[in-house]
Amino acid sequence: MRVMVIIKSDENAEAGVLPGDEVVGSMIKYNEELIKAGVMLAGEGLHPSVKGARVTFKAGKATVVDGPFAEAKELIAGFWLWQVKSMDEAVEWVKRMPASQGTSDDQVAEIEIRQVFENEEFDGQISPELQEQDARQRSGLQ
Amino acid sequence: MSAAQRAVDAVWRIESARIIAGLARVVRDVGLAEELAQDAVVAALEQWPESGVPDNPGAWLMLIAKRRAVDYLRRQETLTRKVAELGRGLEDHTESFEAEVDAALDDDIGDNLLSLVFTACHPVLSPEARVALTLRLLGGLTTDEIARAYLVPETTVAQRITRAKKTLAQKQIPFEAPRGAELSERLPSVLEVVYAIFNEGYAATTGKNWVRPTLCEEALRLGRILAELVSGEPEVHGLVSLMEIQASRLRARVGRDGRPVLLLDQNRTLWDRILIRRGLIALDRAFAIGEPVGPYTLQASIAACHARAATAEDTDWAQMVRLYELLGELTPSPVVELNRAVAVGMASGPEAALKLVDALADEPALSAYHLLPSVRGDLLAKLGRTAEARAEFERAATLTRNESERILLLERAHSLP
Repeated sequence: MRVMVIIKSDENAEAGVLPGDEVVGSMIKYNEELIKAGVMLAGEGLHPSVKGARVTFKAGKATVVDGPFAEAKELIAGFWLWQVKSMDEAVEWVKRMPASQGTSDDQVAEIEIRQVFENEEFDGQISPELQEQDARQRSGLQ
Repeated sequence: MSAAQRAVDAVWRIESARIIAGLARVVRDVGLAEELAQDAVVAALEQWPESGVPDNPGAWLMLIAKRRAVDYLRRQETLTRKVAELGRGLEDHTESFEAEVDAALDDDIGDNLLSLVFTACHPVLSPEARVALTLRLLGGLTTDEIARAYLVPETTVAQRITRAKKTLAQKQIPFEAPRGAELSERLPSVLEVVYAIFNEGYAATTGKNWVRPTLCEEALRLGRILAELVSGEPEVHGLVSLMEIQASRLRARVGRDGRPVLLLDQNRTLWDRILIRRGLIALDRAFAIGEPVGPYTLQASIAACHARAATAEDTDWAQMVRLYELLGELTPSPVVELNRAVAVGMASGPEAALKLVDALADEPALSAYHLLPSVRGDLLAKLGRTAEARAEFERAATLTRNESERILLLERAHSLP
């Protein structure tokens, strides 16, 4: 199964403060470990929300709000896509992440793990017509 | 499953190959190494529910496994000493087992893992045994999981693994990865095992059976690990590329009704772009290392040719013909020839292709191969020779062993004007 591992942002990341060499070094090592284990499919870091935008819809009308956004800890600073055997394996990998070990008392780092839907999971859950519609939507053909 | 059990499972999945490989280097017996590692798992299952999961569960398992190995070596030494006493008096053994074990476990882990791969895939074992042992020792799959994936009784898999371990011990297969030219020579047998695992999952995929895609995932994971371990070998990247690109089509190759969908009819929007991208990167790596271009890299190039085309019509068929020609030179086979004919048909029209297919008519290897009449039927249909085409599709239908494919072929026969 695939999971998306979401790294939550914090004030520093939102301020565009880049982590020190030591942190970067240990993350590179960790990434290497993930790659060597055949677990990591993809992963990217994100710029602070000041460079981002939100689009909200109401009554079919789109409104664009430029960043930055409030509540740094609810924002996303980066993500990985992993291929794992179970949610437990994903949790076990996250526990080995350097950032989770270097936290001090007044500091909270949060990583969220979410399972990615597989196509087969829709079988029997929703009607074939809706599945078809979903496939069309995803492919942008509708 | 309890939380502790699930934790043991997850840690085992991540650590087992490393632990087994490290122990095998000390005790010089893969089967024994696995048993010692399993002892550590049993200890974890006994203790973690009471004591809680330790902060560093991997290190915990490693420590217990190491102690078991030391105990084992001490017993062995005692035995040797007793034998020696009976013979020619006491000999002074001052070796520090702990240090020896520590050194082996801390040594280049990649090297240990590679030795484990080459031992599990040793040519002295039957192909089935190699597959089972690799999944067990490197994939961390249980006997039960392997059995379910291969749709065979668990006892069969257990026997295969037991026999394989015994064979390795009896034939005194050294626990080591070959080096230099010998590595390149032995590597194909390793890649074969990985690809066999992948194909078992790929060819039987129904879209509903979770077990089969698991085999594809497992093979891909093994391939990706190998690509890091022997990154200088182009064919490793070729195989990984081939598997990534083929796996990218898993969602599209089975229709909603469970029937196979031919590559050119597949909904390409269902292709997994992440896997395609990874496949193309792996292919670049293979070519970057350079000559000679091996069969996996060529097959991956063919797969990439499909992957790069946004629609079936966009496929670069001329390039495809060239690639099949190269593959035919490298690994001559009537099946490759048949595929080349299909590519020629797309590039230069059905007439030229039909000539190539007809030249294969007497090929004994293809006498019962349903794709020969199927391809011929397709070309005849395009040439408007309907009656002949229908006969070929019907013949193909009698030859296939796959029920859904048979239905598909009969439909094609009956839909002809």
